[in-house]
Amino acid sequence: MAAISREEVAHLARLSRLAVTEEELDRFAGQLDVILQSVARVGEVAAEDIPPTSHSVPLTNVYRDDVPTPSLAQDAALSGAPDAYEGRFRVPRILDEEV
Amino acid sequence: MSDLTRLSAAELASLMGKREVSAVEVATAHLDRIDAVDERVHAFLHVDRAGALEAAAAVDRGEITGPLAGVPIAVKDVMATKGIPTTAASKILEGWKPPYDATIVERLKAAGMPILGKTNMDEFAMGSSTEYSAYGPSKNPWDLGRIPGGSGGGSAAALAAYEAPLAIGTDTGGSIRQPGAVTGTVGAKPTYGGTSRYGLIAFSSSLDTPGPCGRTVEDTALLHAVIAGHDPRDSTSIPQSVPDVVAAARRGATGDLTGVKLGLVKEFAGDGSEPGVTAAFRESLEALVKLGAEVVEVSCPHFQYALPAYYLIAPSECSSNLARFDGVRYGLRSGDDGSRSLEEVMSLTRDEGFGPEVKRRIILGTYALSSGYYDAYYGQAQKVRTLITRDFQAAFEQVDVLVSPTTPFVAFPFGSRTSDPYQMYLADLFTIPTNLYGGPAISVPCGLSEGLPVGFQIMAPTLADDRMYRVAAALESAVGTFTPPAL
Repeated sequence: MAAISREEVAHLARLSRLAVTEEELDRFAGQLDVILQSVARVGEVAAEDIPPTSHSVPLTNVYRDDVPTPSLAQDAALSGAPDAYEGRFRVPRILDEEV
Repeated sequence: MSDLTRLSAAELASLMGKREVSAVEVATAHLDRIDAVDERVHAFLHVDRAGALEAAAAVDRGEITGPLAGVPIAVKDVMATKGIPTTAASKILEGWKPPYDATIVERLKAAGMPILGKTNMDEFAMGSSTEYSAYGPSKNPWDLGRIPGGSGGGSAAALAAYEAPLAIGTDTGGSIRQPGAVTGTVGAKPTYGGTSRYGLIAFSSSLDTPGPCGRTVEDTALLHAVIAGHDPRDSTSIPQSVPDVVAAARRGATGDLTGVKLGLVKEFAGDGSEPGVTAAFRESLEALVKLGAEVVEVSCPHFQYALPAYYLIAPSECSSNLARFDGVRYGLRSGDDGSRSLEEVMSLTRDEGFGPEVKRRIILGTYALSSGYYDAYYGQAQKVRTLITRDFQAAFEQVDVLVSPTTPFVAFPFGSRTSDPYQMYLADLFTIPTNLYGGPAISVPCGLSEGLPVGFQIMAPTLADDRMYRVAAALESAVGTFTPPAL
């Protein structure tokens, strides 16, 4: 049985904001199925009582001193933007017109 | 002039220190070499002739001194370089010029090292061959029909083609070591947190580790010393001093390994390595024993789950990290004709801007992090990561370092592993455990198989980076270095 269906891949692509084509869906579904069946082997390990490792460096809550320091200038921060307007990032509409 | 490109970084630094050659002459020789061969090798995505010559001139004026002042370097295109195009080999960042330098780039500049340009890689450092670069693959100088490894294949190819004496790479699952192995060059992955990730375009933040690449162990150690050390701008940077890797390399070069215990991982035996790789590895092991080292077999029972755990953890982190490429703050924006919503523009931008391997990993990571699957996949992989770490810790109670081939196969022909993505993942079989653990590891050339280089990997305990350099330099003193045929 397939570990992942074409419909699931389409759903995940939508969640990931990837407008994949039908052809990509066909290809990815098969490839991801192979990959998932291989990586699912982690389930063979008895690890119920084992704490997870998110990170190899045991540091938590790293803060700097609460002193203002210079940051990027506004024009530098906007320098790579595809579209900018009056010192701001300009984006397409985020609400439907009917709303 | 052109023979300057054949010298090691240490030799170049010595000549410049004695004023026998100028930094501008050294930079010019390498830039001319790039002009002569890079059309065939394609190691570079961008060459900064003016910037490199300006930095070299500053060294010649005596404005900057230091152990590597004037030695030119190539930087993987995943590191932010102020005002210089930085793409991570992705279409989504085509033409982007960062407004700031990565910490490592700042340190190279402060050390007086002229940056020759930005090297090719698999897109966002995901791959083992550079075939996933949006700008076409780099070629292996040993055989232009074969891959130079990946993701940092451009940096490794630049070294093997004598276009640069040193290079910067990044290693998430083997992206410094595997390219080093298949190009006959040296590549070191420092202890995680030993080198700053500030200004590195993130792929998998709990694994990404910048590191040095060179043609000799000593050169690699010299570069390691320049780039490593605490950075307050990276919250995972370790606030401790860096071990003296240069002294360790020089000590190793004397060829004495008396009392050093090398661990051979039992579970790596019968691993599907090519016979020529196994043979070169075994011969090198014997050479190390002749230098006084002792070989001990150790068991790391969870290493067999490292590859599956990695291909859950890394894609999960990547799916989150690459959410920043939304067509708003930098890079590509596609389909914004006034009729489409932000979400539609975002989805079109990302589909057009990302290549197939990046999309596969984003989708895989989104799956592994989904509610209902999280515990079985991402959560379980993190627990396996703990067990792999415990395997390393137990092994290092018995031995000083672990050794293995760097990668199971020599440089493969283009196109031979792209149709089945999992076949590509197997290139990282021996390199991935270290990334999950966080310790340092180095690949050093150890021989040839059918005329192609084989890499020997040395893995050391966390923060004991000096130990791997000592063993690597000893091996180099025994087997020598390897020179590819003339291009």
